[in-house]
Amino acid sequence: MTPTIDVDHVARLARLVLTDEERERFGRQLALILEHADRVREVAAADVPPTSHPIPRANVLRADEPGPSLSHEDALANAPEAEAGMFRVPPITEREEEG
Amino acid sequence: MGDAATTAGPVAGTDTAYETVIGLECHVELSTRTKMFCGCRNEFGAPPNTNVCPVCLGHPGTLPVPNERAIESIVRIGLAFDCEIAPHSLFHRKNYFYPDMPKNFQISQYDLPICVGGHLDVEVDGEGRRIGITRVHMEEDTGKTTHAGATGRIAGADYALEDYNRAGVPLVEIVSEPDLRSPAEARAYLTELRATLLALGVSDVRMEEGSLRCDANISVRPVGHPEFGTKVEIKNMNSIRSVERALRHEQERQVGVLAGGGRVVQETRHFDETTGTTTSMRSKEEAFDYRYFPEPDLSPLEPDPAWVERLRAELPELPAARRRRFEQRYAVPPAQAATLAADHAWAAFFEEAAAGADPRLVANWMTGDLAGLLNEAGIELAGAKVGPRHLTALARLLADGTISSAGAKAALAEAFATGEAIEAVVRARGLAQVSDEGALTAVVDEVIAENPGPVEQFRGGKEGALNALIGPVMKKTGGSANPQVVRDLLRARLSR
Repeated sequence: MTPTIDVDHVARLARLVLTDEERERFGRQLALILEHADRVREVAAADVPPTSHPIPRANVLRADEPGPSLSHEDALANAPEAEAGMFRVPPITEREEEG
Repeated sequence: MGDAATTAGPVAGTDTAYETVIGLECHVELSTRTKMFCGCRNEFGAPPNTNVCPVCLGHPGTLPVPNERAIESIVRIGLAFDCEIAPHSLFHRKNYFYPDMPKNFQISQYDLPICVGGHLDVEVDGEGRRIGITRVHMEEDTGKTTHAGATGRIAGADYALEDYNRAGVPLVEIVSEPDLRSPAEARAYLTELRATLLALGVSDVRMEEGSLRCDANISVRPVGHPEFGTKVEIKNMNSIRSVERALRHEQERQVGVLAGGGRVVQETRHFDETTGTTTSMRSKEEAFDYRYFPEPDLSPLEPDPAWVERLRAELPELPAARRRRFEQRYAVPPAQAATLAADHAWAAFFEEAAAGADPRLVANWMTGDLAGLLNEAGIELAGAKVGPRHLTALARLLADGTISSAGAKAALAEAFATGEAIEAVVRARGLAQVSDEGALTAVVDEVIAENPGPVEQFRGGKEGALNALIGPVMKKTGGSANPQVVRDLLRARLSR
């Protein structure tokens, strides 16, 4: 079975506007990726746990010690627009969601 | 206040009684020195974009590393709520586009949070209730957005400004079960939650500064109905009192909708502090698709059980236990015990003061006059000029009759302003009450002579008339007479 994917939905989530040609091409490419994942599922026996990380390491942490921050000027250096020491961004018409 | 019942009905025009179901989601900013995944300082009120670096600004190629202090704090929070500390938990990416997160995703936890299945015991109107806690998970805070333009609100803004000082600050989310049955219970839960976090010393939990934030899910259903009603999420409540007000309003609104034969719409509503009402923010047309996936840049968390047990053993006394101890050991009334036990600074102050005087008097004056003075001055107990020894002295002088309540009030107010010792204030201001009958007799006789009316009434059997005579005596002695002695003296002189 060839898995299908809703390219329009994925594009909307990624805020991408696709041409018809891109939609068709990406749809094909994404289907290939899904197929590959399906093949992995075939080989993986039931006793193989899902792998979230390829390297078996846990608890990589850092001490709660302050390190250097950027200078205020450097922090804003690449901002397309800045105002009052803040990054200026286009108006937000709809609250997408918060953390 | 307190709700008379856990139901919101019956309402006019219907016999149906409704039951309210509430669940709370609380976000707590941890008071670590640095952010969750980088070494930028975690401080409130710094100039915009001064505590930022390539990691928290989401620059390409940077790698986050979790703050071990934050992990320790969340494990301690989980233990305080009696949660299970997961032997294996993961960070996930929560993907969404909003400029308050420069990475376009927030690092959070999804199906494998650090702490699961705990509870918090609260007391409402003297009745104990156990509120389930679904999960406690670790994530990072977002930046702060200022909507600029004509209205200052999201709608109609011309542009927005982003300050990323807060982006990446360690944030703990605590999700309750839908176990709360009234706005008063929600308030009790939040108060207890806040006190517990304060006792743990993991956050300063200031709702007005946003280090404690709360969203509420609320629905109503006819009593006895097995399924929950349609829930509404309420946001933008910035004090515990606001949460209770918003829920009270929303509960009434939903009951009104149902009683009128309508249907509650699942939506997010915004609480307006000035009107005390909630308004719809826009219905959720499609469910958000956050495309959670395991954060590849962060390793799993697998806390060493021995370390967890050590943290458990080192937990401080929590407010619920402290409250019980204050009631039992010091015989302090429940309401006062709750106030004193809720805050570590207050509890320590109380115990020190109560060691040298009648604890009930200390508790009474701390939760009464001292709390009032602090409130008026707008300062915290830690910043006050009076310490435990002032309260000890005050309680002692009250207990042995050296000062009256009025004298104590004046002495405390003066000491609060100057920091001077209570004994010195009492001496300097002549606040010691005169209990010596010989010294008071002349004044008492004078008042009797000057007030024939009340004297007549008292002799005629009207007990209350005595008060009309005590007043002038107190006035003539500048408030220094011991009212009990005056009362006895008047009675003796009049019944001769």
